[in-house]
Amino acid sequence: MAKLSMELVTGERVVYQADDVDMVVAPGSEGTLGILPNHAALISLLSAGEVRVKKGNQEDSLIVFGGFVEVLDNRVIVLADSAERAEEIDLERAVRARDAAEVSLRNESDRVSVAEADAALRRAALRLRIGERRRRNSSGAPR
Amino acid sequence: MPSTREIRRRIRSVRNMSQITRAMEMVAASKMRRAQDRVTSGRPYAERLRDVLGDLASLQLGADEMAQFPLLQQRDVRRTALIVVTPDRGLTGALNSNILRRVTQYIRTEAGSTPPKVIAVGKKGRDFLNRTRQEVVAEFIQLGDRPSLDDIRPIVSVAVEEFLSGEVDAVHLLYPQFVNTLTQKPEVVQILPIERPEGDAGEGEDYIFEPNPKDVLNEILPRYVEVQVYQAVLETVASFYSAQMVAMRNATDNAKELVDDLDLAFNKARQAQITNEVAEISAGANAFRTD
Repeated sequence: MAKLSMELVTGERVVYQADDVDMVVAPGSEGTLGILPNHAALISLLSAGEVRVKKGNQEDSLIVFGGFVEVLDNRVIVLADSAERAEEIDLERAVRARDAAEVSLRNESDRVSVAEADAALRRAALRLRIGERRRRNSSGAPR
Repeated sequence: MPSTREIRRRIRSVRNMSQITRAMEMVAASKMRRAQDRVTSGRPYAERLRDVLGDLASLQLGADEMAQFPLLQQRDVRRTALIVVTPDRGLTGALNSNILRRVTQYIRTEAGSTPPKVIAVGKKGRDFLNRTRQEVVAEFIQLGDRPSLDDIRPIVSVAVEEFLSGEVDAVHLLYPQFVNTLTQKPEVVQILPIERPEGDAGEGEDYIFEPNPKDVLNEILPRYVEVQVYQAVLETVASFYSAQMVAMRNATDNAKELVDDLDLAFNKARQAQITNEVAEISAGANAFRTD
């Protein structure tokens, strides 16, 4: 059966690269995209969220903040504005960022700062959700 | 002939200097390696982005559709803007003067009939542009060795604004391209309007666009500009450290040579002094001879 090759890059580095991938799940702007081998050529914008890469019975999790994905000839290329692997997430920093964002959301009235705080809060919440799930999975019994 | 004491003092000061240049050489060498890595690790994104843009070239756009993408709009060039990327510091041999000479050449021959608006990135360029009374519309200094894309965005938004408002009809980017450790070449590239890379349009892949081609292209185009500027800044950092390393190595070598010459001069002077003293003593002894 055909396999996918998958690459996730940001302007700063190559975050993830793998061959023989069975499925990629990405947060498309219009809804979650599941990409299997022999997918039609596609270019889609991404919203902030989780990218999951399935390879055999192993699954890698990454977090992306905006960007887009191109699928062509069983090659999946994610060009993210910023991204990190789930295992790179710094949970303590995310908690601090969330608390700081909540404080400024309560106190700020200026529209720009509110929007910034809101965006920071979303980012932190996403990091926490994915980072904590990863921690649970790795400390508990393997699936 | 200078006295032995003077020579000794000079030897000491040249030695001290060579210790400093040696230290700077080593610091620059280690930072250079990291800066080079960053240049290479940023490349895949730029290349993929260019590929995607090339693939999109198969998307045939009519004139009215083109009008929806102002960043692609070719206009008659009356005035241009130039983003000048330079290091913040000197002691880099000929690097900075090569960049600035290229800037002068650009202003004289490649800008439109009106002198360009300039955006200065890096202190050396800013100082030069202010000194030569160019119209500096924005300056960005001390981005550091590891700028992030977020640091670059304000630079790009100034340039894009100038272009979209019709103040300028093209934006160029000038930076020292990092060829290798010994060679850095000042390069000028056009970043606006975006020249779409050639795609293999012949294959005519039918892409599915989500949400639609227009939104996708509108997202990709600004990023393409950003990443070009970002790469230029990274290359500037790498160029800076390699030029500095080479300049400091030359300085260290020269200092060593100078010390050798001075050592020789010192020995000669000492020898001359001893000869002198011996001559004086024997002359004195001769004076007391009574035979």
